[in-house]
Amino acid sequence: MPPPRVYKTEAIVLRQRKLGEADKIVTLYTPNFGKLEAVAKGVRRPKSRLAGHLEVLTYTSVMLAQGRNLDVVTQAQAIESFAPLRDDLHRLSRALYAAELVDRFSPEGAESYHIFQLLLGTLRRLAAGAGADVVLRYFEMQLLNLAGFQPQLQHCVGCQRPLTPVLNYFSAAAGGVLCPSCGPGTVSSRPLSVSALKVMRVLQSGGFGDVLRVRIGPPLAREVEFHLRAYVIHVLERDVRSAAFIDRLRREGVEELAGVSD
Amino acid sequence: MPDVTPSAAAPVARLIEEFHKLPGIGPKSAQRLTYYLLRAPQEEAQALAQAILEVKEKIAFCSVCQNVTDTDPCLICEDSQRDRSMICVVEEPLDILALERTRSYHGLYHVLHGVISPMDGIGPEDLKVEELLERLKGSAVQEVILATNPNLEGEATSMYLNRLLRPLGLRVTRLARGLPTGADLEYADDLTLSRALEGRQEVT
Repeated sequence: MPPPRVYKTEAIVLRQRKLGEADKIVTLYTPNFGKLEAVAKGVRRPKSRLAGHLEVLTYTSVMLAQGRNLDVVTQAQAIESFAPLRDDLHRLSRALYAAELVDRFSPEGAESYHIFQLLLGTLRRLAAGAGADVVLRYFEMQLLNLAGFQPQLQHCVGCQRPLTPVLNYFSAAAGGVLCPSCGPGTVSSRPLSVSALKVMRVLQSGGFGDVLRVRIGPPLAREVEFHLRAYVIHVLERDVRSAAFIDRLRREGVEELAGVSD
Repeated sequence: MPDVTPSAAAPVARLIEEFHKLPGIGPKSAQRLTYYLLRAPQEEAQALAQAILEVKEKIAFCSVCQNVTDTDPCLICEDSQRDRSMICVVEEPLDILALERTRSYHGLYHVLHGVISPMDGIGPEDLKVEELLERLKGSAVQEVILATNPNLEGEATSMYLNRLLRPLGLRVTRLARGLPTGADLEYADDLTLSRALEGRQEVT
């Protein structure tokens, strides 16, 4: 059903880009209409009544009027602005990564209620100070589930036999885990430790509470991140740009050491 | 670009096409500008062409502050009246014009030429950050004012710079955030309002 001429929706602002003299185009992610782009007029002027309510990574309630091309934001009221995210580069970089993934995974107008809830939950967890990387891994895996790209973690994607608790392989191109006999011959397959497989299974089928109960040290966290990122890039067929910033912060040691693991 | 004026003479069509490439100029504006210049006196067209060429030939980035300039170092960096203990870091050259209009800042500037925007793939390496650090080495600067825009990218850039600058033992400050003159409390967002509360000042 097409939305009516003037309609109200909740939304999370994924990104903005400049338009003309003082306007911006905002990319909104909504629970019922999926991703949509709308024009926010005058938001680059200091006295704009909308600007503060349409910042990137804000959960907001907006009124939109259908325009010729793009809809126009007529009113906006921020519901949650996740302030702690904005004061912490470490968490902010993760939140931007999550927003970019939602943007890339969602064609405009696709149904989106569960992805919306997942993103909202992720921003809340990041703002509340949960281990940023664990929050992000859970988000990635759940997003893959919702978007219909869940990697196969129970059977070998080569020979279909159940996996045993030994060193297996993970291949993004093959769509999941490969057993020791199928793994080495398959393109882009990388060794996958028993613990990493276990963590990935919990990420895939557990709740966030279950994930928090698993003890994940930094090397294990890196391994899971490596495999999941390779998988996401394979599915998207392109790089995730915000990942470069996360890597850079890590390289430069700007990261708080706490929160990297759990 | 699709041929917007199939029936116009070739030089006219070409000028329309060139105007059409400029930001904010649609096909109609491009036609209007072209036909205005057609009717304008020769000198006026000459002056415009000359001005465009001069900008491209003579303007470069100041080797000190990275502002656009036709002398190197630029007029602000050269000015002996300015306070050399402060550097105000801005995103774009236009921000310097805005700050100069206030007439209340007399220090030096540094232009980043952009802002960290992870989702667009723009990182610190794409900005004039190295140049800033290089410039601060062994200089008389005591305070760096971070004057990036108060939006997500601007804040991220400021936080990032702060981490780099703090260890140098400088005073690092950020422009205050709060309510703009003539604003309505009713329409202010929570973030702005709470910053305005945090930064409240004694009425004197």
